[in-house]
Amino acid sequence: MQLIYEKSQAGRRAGRVPDYGLPVPEVPAELARKEPPRLPELAENEIVRHFTNLADRNFGVDTGFYPLGSCTMKYNPRVNERVARLPGFASLHPHQEDDGAQGALELMWELQQILAEVAGLPAVTLQPAAGSQGELTGLMLMRAYFADRGEGDQRDTIMTADTAHGTNPASVTMAGYRLVKVATTERGNLDLDDLRAKVDERTTGLMLTNPSTLGLFDEDIEEVAEIFHSRGALLYYDGANLNAVVGKSRPGDMGFDIVHYNLHKTFSQPHGGGGPGGGPVAVRADLEPFLPSPQVVRDGEAFRLDRDRPKSIGRVRGFAGPFGVFVRSYAYMRAHGADLRAMSETAVLNANYVLAGLRDDYEVPYDRLCMHEFVLSARALKKEYGVTALDVAKRLMDYGVHPPTIYFPLVVPEALMIEPTETEPKERLDAFIEVMKTIAREAAESPELLKDAPHHRPVRRLDEVKAAKEPIVKHAFGERPRVEAEV
Amino acid sequence: MTAGYLSLTDRDRDEMLAAIGVSSIDDLFAQIPEEVRFAGDLDVPPALTEVELIRHLEELAAKNVHTGVELSFLGAGIYDHHVPAIVDMILQRGEFLTAYTPYQPEMSQGVLQAIFEYQTAICELTGMDVSNASGYDGFTVAADACYIAKHATGRTRIVLAETLNPQAREVVKTYAPGFGLEVVEVAHEGGVTDPARIAAAAEGAAAVIFPQPNFFGCLEDAPALAAAAREAGALAVAHVDLTSLGVLEAPGAYGCDMAIGEGQSIGNAQSYGGPHYGFLASRTDFIRRLPGRIVGQTTDLNGDRGFVLTLQTREQHIRREKATSNMTTNQTLLALGGLVTLAWLGPQGLRELGETCMSLVGYARERIPLPAAFDQPVFKELAVRTPRPARDVIREARALGVHPGYALGRDYEGMDDVLLVALTEKRTPADIDRLADVLAEVCS
Repeated sequence: MQLIYEKSQAGRRAGRVPDYGLPVPEVPAELARKEPPRLPELAENEIVRHFTNLADRNFGVDTGFYPLGSCTMKYNPRVNERVARLPGFASLHPHQEDDGAQGALELMWELQQILAEVAGLPAVTLQPAAGSQGELTGLMLMRAYFADRGEGDQRDTIMTADTAHGTNPASVTMAGYRLVKVATTERGNLDLDDLRAKVDERTTGLMLTNPSTLGLFDEDIEEVAEIFHSRGALLYYDGANLNAVVGKSRPGDMGFDIVHYNLHKTFSQPHGGGGPGGGPVAVRADLEPFLPSPQVVRDGEAFRLDRDRPKSIGRVRGFAGPFGVFVRSYAYMRAHGADLRAMSETAVLNANYVLAGLRDDYEVPYDRLCMHEFVLSARALKKEYGVTALDVAKRLMDYGVHPPTIYFPLVVPEALMIEPTETEPKERLDAFIEVMKTIAREAAESPELLKDAPHHRPVRRLDEVKAAKEPIVKHAFGERPRVEAEV
Repeated sequence: MTAGYLSLTDRDRDEMLAAIGVSSIDDLFAQIPEEVRFAGDLDVPPALTEVELIRHLEELAAKNVHTGVELSFLGAGIYDHHVPAIVDMILQRGEFLTAYTPYQPEMSQGVLQAIFEYQTAICELTGMDVSNASGYDGFTVAADACYIAKHATGRTRIVLAETLNPQAREVVKTYAPGFGLEVVEVAHEGGVTDPARIAAAAEGAAAVIFPQPNFFGCLEDAPALAAAAREAGALAVAHVDLTSLGVLEAPGAYGCDMAIGEGQSIGNAQSYGGPHYGFLASRTDFIRRLPGRIVGQTTDLNGDRGFVLTLQTREQHIRREKATSNMTTNQTLLALGGLVTLAWLGPQGLRELGETCMSLVGYARERIPLPAAFDQPVFKELAVRTPRPARDVIREARALGVHPGYALGRDYEGMDDVLLVALTEKRTPADIDRLADVLAEVCS
């Protein structure tokens, strides 16, 4: 398909800007633009067609089953889009005085209350823009907390599990800490002996996802918490997998001191092909003074932004956070009420049902009941037929299913990480199980069918190595690369 | 009957439990130690049907005074520009709206191509060689730029012009301890930054970040600021407003190493501060240090063009603790809104947008019965001196249905009597007349 720049014709245009007939002040010559930017020049009709055709070449939850592990690709209710666009929300300026933003502040305050209840921790900041920024915020909170206690110089390491999301170790480095890795046992729990050997007076804290990226709840979580707390260290909960436990088990009750949520996972903010997200952070009471500024607070019947926070780590993002995300997530919570528990129960039921259906056809490296997701291995297919997890993923596309997360977690070779979510009906799950069985058969009978897949997408398999070797990251005006035939 | 968006029937549930080989949902949760299981109901507000939900949220929204109710001249980083009708229509296409990050390119050519087109547009506007797929907002990209500069130069001091958006400066200062960076701020003189002061501060610094136009609306001598930074061996980083880049020079054309900024003005609703997109573009030298996603062009098995996420060895899911950033989620959907808006405006429309803003601010300068705070050329905002504290003027003007702007005393000491008035193409000369009348009334 052509780029929008390749459809451009000099002098054509869509939008027009009001001209009020006023004189235009001159820009000082040395500051004025000399060459106009080569933006596309198209009629509005053709712009709409261009992006409609691009949408046709994309796949979302609205298109079909999307069991991308650890991403919680649940249904995104359209009513949430509608309410987020109410002018009182969408056209509200972030510098509006508090007395002109009472509805927005009330919504944020209510959202904080619900999030606090879900985490089992008393204080919440909504400011972080995404889960990874929530992680960084959490580590900054640890730094501020220990500095305040006079232990800032002493504590300089953070532990993460070998099953951790890549964001955890990356956040550790960005926050200026040294990483210490902890092993996982054959049953999928943290290795307590390894932990005990590594936790010392330099330990700042642990970052942990529970359930883990293997989709397993750490059965020793109380001992884990005790090991850290007994050394004065803190526990950070990576909320990427929170969808498994809402109303079933609260991170605060597990012993976690700091928790981030992914509003775009658990609470249905649509992920938009890569964002936006929302990464609020909850903390125990003695960490509250360090939360970012401003903070939404309630004074009697009124709400306001509190900027008088002398111990705060400061600001991590603009304003009080991605407000439009809060509207959608709050709407999602209000559609469930206390039945948020049924959300997690159904997510776990759906995952276990699919796992049970695939147990005989794929290797299950950690053979337990799972939580909201589970990990299969294509190791046997690779050994016997030369078919990899990547080939299975690409073949799924031909059956109209988005592939699961692959090659993650790293501790499982040829990993296929599958998360169905709670909003899928049984028929979708049955169809997926059938497709996966078919693919396992195809791997044995005609492996080339998988190796050449996909066969029915707008493009064939793409050369990612070439893209990285000779990076082309913007359009080279004037060049006309080969594209597939177009009407 | 359960609430929410679940789709299993009782019969489904029974069949599924049987297939799993357990007798109840509770059996599935047996792996959670009993002591940390949550018994009972969450103490949260009751479930609402769609009708009730809409009513509830409409009631909350009605408590806000938005820019369609009050005649508003608020800006200071977020602006009430027109968002073309086609933006919302395209952003609500479920194939874009409900997709995840395009890890599987054959399923995601639509969004990948759109990001490639966005990267191209940002490079065209800023005069840079490479852009990422977006950052969280116009403030966090400033911290990103500092991290790049630290590793590119091996230096640990960051220089910020005081005329840079205060929130951008706050975010940089929040990130600085973890990055191992020291932050120095350079005061303004008469509303703009003196290149000589930048030159002195930039000695031994990793980067200098300055705005164009600046937070007071004034035009900086950006080419001189960039030159001052570069002569000291620091990276020159311009924080720019996309709506200005049809009339103001591209940072790449005056020697900047990076261009960053807030994209909200092009294609996003104000939405009380987010979600919006930040943009981050640089010279080719820093392509392997950029944070976040980058889309690259490649070919498929047939030799046809296609697009993939590329240079992923920078990223956290591959490099883990050695990654250039922890970033994963970005602001793709908002950046798509930016691309659609830029296509709708085209080069002609973007220039007209800048000219209309400048013409309105010129008219406001004539009409508003208050002296300009700074004697400098401006783009779309004008700082004026008020005879009483600006906060009081704002309060009294709002009582008359006009929000006259932003009180600079919120962020700058000694500026309690400075009001920052923002103009976009949505305000008319008649609106400015009314603003002038109201200010005359409350300031007399």
